[in-house]
Amino acid sequence: MMKTDKGMSIIVKTVTRISVWLIILYGIYIIVHGHLTPGGGFGGGVVIALAFLNVMLAYGKEFTEKWLNFQLLHDIESSSVTVFLVVGILGISLGGAFLANFLSKGDLFELYSAGVIPVFNILIGIKVGISLFLVVWLLAGINPEEEDE
Amino acid sequence: MTIYLLCFALFLVGLYGVLTKRDIVKIILSIGIMGYATNLFLVFVGYKSGAIYPILSEGKCIQPMVDPLPQALVLTSIVIELGTTALLVSLAIKLFQKYSTFDITKIRRLSG
Amino acid sequence: MPIETWLTFILVFMILGSIISLEIKDILSSIIAIGVVGLGVSLSFLFLQAPDLAIVQFLFEIFALIILIRAFIKKDYHVEEPRIVNKILIGITVITLCAVFLLSIKLFELLPPFGEPLMKTAQYYIDNGVEQTGAANFVSAIILDYRAYDTLGEITILFTSVLGVFTILRIKSKVKKVTAGDDDEN
Repeated sequence: MMKTDKGMSIIVKTVTRISVWLIILYGIYIIVHGHLTPGGGFGGGVVIALAFLNVMLAYGKEFTEKWLNFQLLHDIESSSVTVFLVVGILGISLGGAFLANFLSKGDLFELYSAGVIPVFNILIGIKVGISLFLVVWLLAGINPEEEDE
Repeated sequence: MTIYLLCFALFLVGLYGVLTKRDIVKIILSIGIMGYATNLFLVFVGYKSGAIYPILSEGKCIQPMVDPLPQALVLTSIVIELGTTALLVSLAIKLFQKYSTFDITKIRRLSG
Repeated sequence: MPIETWLTFILVFMILGSIISLEIKDILSSIIAIGVVGLGVSLSFLFLQAPDLAIVQFLFEIFALIILIRAFIKKDYHVEEPRIVNKILIGITVITLCAVFLLSIKLFELLPPFGEPLMKTAQYYIDNGVEQTGAANFVSAIILDYRAYDTLGEITILFTSVLGVFTILRIKSKVKKVTAGDDDEN
């Protein structure tokens, strides 16, 4: 199923080329509207990971390694936790407590509202999406070595 | 009451799998079943009959809502479960590469 | 139809699915049966008015299915027939678990009955959540504002588990190369 490194047929590749951006857009929508509608950083992050996984299934592992910079992805994933901590520490100086909500609350039902919650949602989305994709990429990379045994 | 007991029965099925199965894959699946039962039980405890989901929407009057606190805790629990599943799968793959089997009794014999 | 009937039906279905997935021989059928159980969990979350959880559980199910199939579908799957001692042990385990189930029926009567939660802390969140956080989704407000410490710990655990996967798989490839070299020398 996922074994073919050269990828699947041209129909699958064409559909993937169109649909992967729509899936990523849907994931970004779920993440950004996390404080208004069901969803949030966890659900949207998994959607983005599944979009990248779609590319890896259709085009194969080698193409995906050329298309994405995995070292950069690893750095972004690790630094998002640090940014989460930095935003939390900013809450001490600006809001009076660790992880305090120091930005303006805005109006209810607006996109730019709820202070610091959308920022945390975006950070969690980046973290969950990239780390889950990296796990699957590692598991996919390790199996061909076994079959040589 | 009946629902709580059925949920507990689901947990015990997972525990039965962990205790008696000799296959690492089956043990990983059993741990997953125990996680499902625990998450479901937490959400059962927070359900209020006749209430709606805990999300406000525009132009709707405020109605009684279900308990949002167990839902928030379970939301993080589900994602942690995915991370631990990936960790267990990678451990199982490492064991398979070393011993060429998933049977835990054989693994014990080879190491001793 | 009341919600209890639906939930009882789904739970019986899930118990049957998990027993099938534990007892069946074929590994692919087992993984697919566990996927059915997870989708049952997602459906019950929808009935219990938790759309956030239903979305995340559904995606989790697809992801776990892909990981498990990717990891285990190619493996040589062979487990010996259990001996008589093992059968006796399985029987003792089943009897013990049934006893635990029967003895804990009393315990569940102490819990608040289904449909009437206590909601002391949560009522405070629902009453004051809009003024204090400005978010319409109370689940988001709780996990990212009132209880952001929990979320910080959660992403720390996720980070650690991903690092664990990286470490385990890298160590394995090195070990394997060493053993292959030894085989060549021999």
